[in-house]
Amino acid sequence: MSENVRSLESALHALEKTMRDTGADLVQEISNLKHKLEGLRSSEDAKLSRWARVQLARTPSRPTGLDYVERAFSDFVELSGDRCYGNDQALIGGPATLEGRPVMLLVQQKGRDTKGNIKRNFGMSHPEGYRKAMRLMDMAQKFGLPVIAIIDTPGAYPGIAAEERGQAWAIAESIAKMASLTVPTLSIVIGEGGSGGALAIGVGNRVMIMQNAWYSVISPESCAAILFHDAKEAPRAAESLRLTGQDLLELGIVEEVIPEPLGGAHLDLDTTVANFKEAVLRHLEELSQLSGEEVLEQRSRRFRNLGVFGEN
Amino acid sequence: MALDRIFRRKKPQLVVQDDLPELWSKCTHCSVQTYKKDLLAEKKVCPSCGFHNRISVEERIAFLLDEHSFVQSSGHVTPLDPLEFKDSESYPDRIKRSQQKTGRPDAILCGEGRILERPLVLALMDFSFQGGSMGSVVGEEITRAAELALERKVPLLIVCASGGARMQESVLSLMQMAKTTVALNALGKAGLPYFSLLTDPTTGGVTASFATIADVILAEPGALIGFAGPRVIQQTIRQNLPEGFQRSEFLLEHGMVDIVVDRRKQRTLLAQLLDHLGSKHKKAPVQEYKI
Ligand SMILES: [Zn+2]
Repeated sequence: MSENVRSLESALHALEKTMRDTGADLVQEISNLKHKLEGLRSSEDAKLSRWARVQLARTPSRPTGLDYVERAFSDFVELSGDRCYGNDQALIGGPATLEGRPVMLLVQQKGRDTKGNIKRNFGMSHPEGYRKAMRLMDMAQKFGLPVIAIIDTPGAYPGIAAEERGQAWAIAESIAKMASLTVPTLSIVIGEGGSGGALAIGVGNRVMIMQNAWYSVISPESCAAILFHDAKEAPRAAESLRLTGQDLLELGIVEEVIPEPLGGAHLDLDTTVANFKEAVLRHLEELSQLSGEEVLEQRSRRFRNLGVFGEN
Repeated sequence: MALDRIFRRKKPQLVVQDDLPELWSKCTHCSVQTYKKDLLAEKKVCPSCGFHNRISVEERIAFLLDEHSFVQSSGHVTPLDPLEFKDSESYPDRIKRSQQKTGRPDAILCGEGRILERPLVLALMDFSFQGGSMGSVVGEEITRAAELALERKVPLLIVCASGGARMQESVLSLMQMAKTTVALNALGKAGLPYFSLLTDPTTGGVTASFATIADVILAEPGALIGFAGPRVIQQTIRQNLPEGFQRSEFLLEHGMVDIVVDRRKQRTLLAQLLDHLGSKHKKAPVQEYKI
């Protein structure tokens, strides 16, 4: 956010306070200032670099998966564990309703503060997270519930225990399971879409992304470390990776970029969630017209056709 | 064999690259010297310590398949630079260099062949081509190989060797993990077996997709196999990694692979597995394999 925006914002807050405190009629002034602020934010948004969007996606106050779940869905019942090893806190899920429709939620969850982030391992799952997701996909298949997967992870956790318990296996099997479902699947990247850890629940009939989220094969830092031998070159790597919503739309990776309020999702949670909910409902309605076989066929064709190459 | 001639699109080119500079080769593992012809007869496995040297895709075909049975199906798909990836060296230049080095459009070679008379489709990853990384071309060729196996109603074998997804195609590379999986799901649905052979090294997005959803996962001894590379893990946890971590034997012990198999025994083992799991689609009984 620029200095200009910040000073306009504080001027606006001052006016609002004055009106509250003194009862002076400043409605017109406030409205003018709001209009001006909106214009400024809009022109700044268009100019945002890819790296700036990555930073927006990582803003600590950015809405997490549960913020969407609590506001867009009702009666979410969290089901725990992979029935094998443990209960991953970075990937949670269970049934819920969306405007009266039963759905199965898979949610990658970051912490809302430091304590939360330790509990959630900063949104980085161990294999048991993906195995829990698979168990819930089976349940969704059994009871005919569409799967709504909310993606927000820097990546699957790279650690000794994760490798010992088959991190790669869990991700691969989760991709395969989601690809095989005959119930509709929707995947929405709300913050970070970090590589295979995100794709594990990213095999949607429709894939969408919030305006200031990113989705890439590698984080800008890791990419910079490999290409430029310096993680500080991440802004450059972010440009190369073409990882924003707009990029993904142009590459045919996502069906839709869900708009965020100017300045980012954290500035207006209600509008953010309303936009999210509208898009999810619309796609769910479309997909509900298809038979199970058609759902599988549509999703298979969607992913079969991804890739850019020449042919001779 | 008559069918092979009908479907033959390219003459097989099987030249065993004899790249050892001297008559003798010193094992990088145990330092014992082996006469290089003996080493080739051992499929480049050190007769002294059993160390599996890395081999080329052409050598792999020669060591694995019946003589002259391989008919290439891949090679018509070529990489582009859809992201106009900005890097210290341009992506098309990197590609061109690897193409000149390997004589292949990308890090993959696919085709049909036979192991002890049993027909199958094979996809072989080439680690010497940009670390065997998977971009759009590798994803498309693996997908086509699975589709060819489905069309021919024969099993599929993928020999994996890869550092993971290719950065220069970013999210397009990532999507190849799902795309190849969709094709393999279809193969499985038709009751056709899929085998993967994990060789040194197999990591990243390849391990986290088609490599590990095979019906039977085989691994060569001592191969590095994992999701995250050892360096990344070390940087994250800031402690030393245990001995043998992420090696084939470690993964066998943790229940992640079916069999760790010596390169010299792979033909026999694969023939057995092809018979055991491929009977559903078998048209005529095959001869017993010689052990
Ligand atoms: Zn040796």
